[in-house]
Amino acid sequence: MNVFITTLLRDLKIAFRNPSSFLNPLMFFVISISLFPIAISPDANTLANIAPGVIWVITMLSALLSLNSLFHYDYDNGVLEQVVISHQPLPLILLAKTTAHWILTGLPIILLSPLLGVALFLDSNSIYILILTLCLATPCFSLIGSIGASLVVSIKNSGMLLSLLILPLYIPILIFATSAVSQSQSGLPINGQLYFLGSILIVSLMISPFVSSLALKISME
Amino acid sequence: MSKLTVNNLSYQRGYNLILDNLSFNLNSGEALRICGQNGSGKTSLLKIIAGLSTPESGSIEYDKTKTNSKKFQLETLYLGHYAALSSELNCVENLKYLTSLSTEIISPNFQNALNKVGLKNYENELVGNLSAGQKRRVVLSLLFITQSKVWLLDEPFTALDSVGTKIIESQIEKHCKKGGLCILTTHQECNIKNLQEIFL
Repeated sequence: MNVFITTLLRDLKIAFRNPSSFLNPLMFFVISISLFPIAISPDANTLANIAPGVIWVITMLSALLSLNSLFHYDYDNGVLEQVVISHQPLPLILLAKTTAHWILTGLPIILLSPLLGVALFLDSNSIYILILTLCLATPCFSLIGSIGASLVVSIKNSGMLLSLLILPLYIPILIFATSAVSQSQSGLPINGQLYFLGSILIVSLMISPFVSSLALKISME
Repeated sequence: MSKLTVNNLSYQRGYNLILDNLSFNLNSGEALRICGQNGSGKTSLLKIIAGLSTPESGSIEYDKTKTNSKKFQLETLYLGHYAALSSELNCVENLKYLTSLSTEIISPNFQNALNKVGLKNYENELVGNLSAGQKRRVVLSLLFITQSKVWLLDEPFTALDSVGTKIIESQIEKHCKKGGLCILTTHQECNIKNLQEIFL
């Protein structure tokens, strides 16, 4: 467990000393969402109707944008070689790196989402559901994304390939998360969607560190 | 007495068979220099021994255990072509992380190790501000901390000046006198006593 905390703190320290690495996806998230009222319509009803889809699509794209840097930096400077040959459990180290990625990219989006929900005229109950779904789904984006990132780590300019690999796996999350927020706007029950998102989180938490470590070993050969 | 045995090792990269039935033994107290032209497979051989690459055929054993065993991982220090340092961290922060991955030392003396490679008062300096030679010295200071018996050093003298090279050569000699093993690749001349050589 010690190596988990050491790796987590190291990655956070590196990110805070080079903030552009995690601020760029966050700026993309805020700017993209704030452009919709200008481009479509400032009408409250129109914006409230499209808000769940807009926020969720932009969240997913922000996650994709930041995934490329998850392992590339450590691959380029040789740290990843030391991680792979270490006697410490590789899945635990990769889980720490994924947790750091979520803290830097997913958590700020969750914290900013009420503000952007208000800007898109979402009611308070929908904003609450939006935060709940983001809490369940953004860790899934990081966990599932780590599998793709470890597969393409040795390929230069692999952003497009990574998107093609990961995007189909993000689609079920997108469908259930937007459906939860939309149905809450109509006053319908959303238990099913939340259970589904919760189960995806548990499964990806259990599987992705191990699959990532296998993929990383193959990529490093 | 520890022994590293490489048996009939073959390795292919792309369409080229780089290593073809390579065999050698290395006993504790011995140092081995791998010589060869660019692309002859020196780095590949070190990566295979370290467990980063898988050979087409053949085996490597250390004290009759496979190289993917935890015992071998704990007793091996591999320093690759890249310095394995993060520019945003200072020297001690980088060394702390690398030692947490490679050994089980509880409280290593990083300051002393950096002093020995000529980097006194550089403990808190960001690695991004150091020259290529200084970065190489930082990562080589691990040789003064580690308790690993098997050292795998890929081009350790790259970017080092003559003083730095002598410090590292002397440390390798000390390591071998204590019963350690060292395999290194270098294109430079090196003056390590009883250094064996193989040509790829």
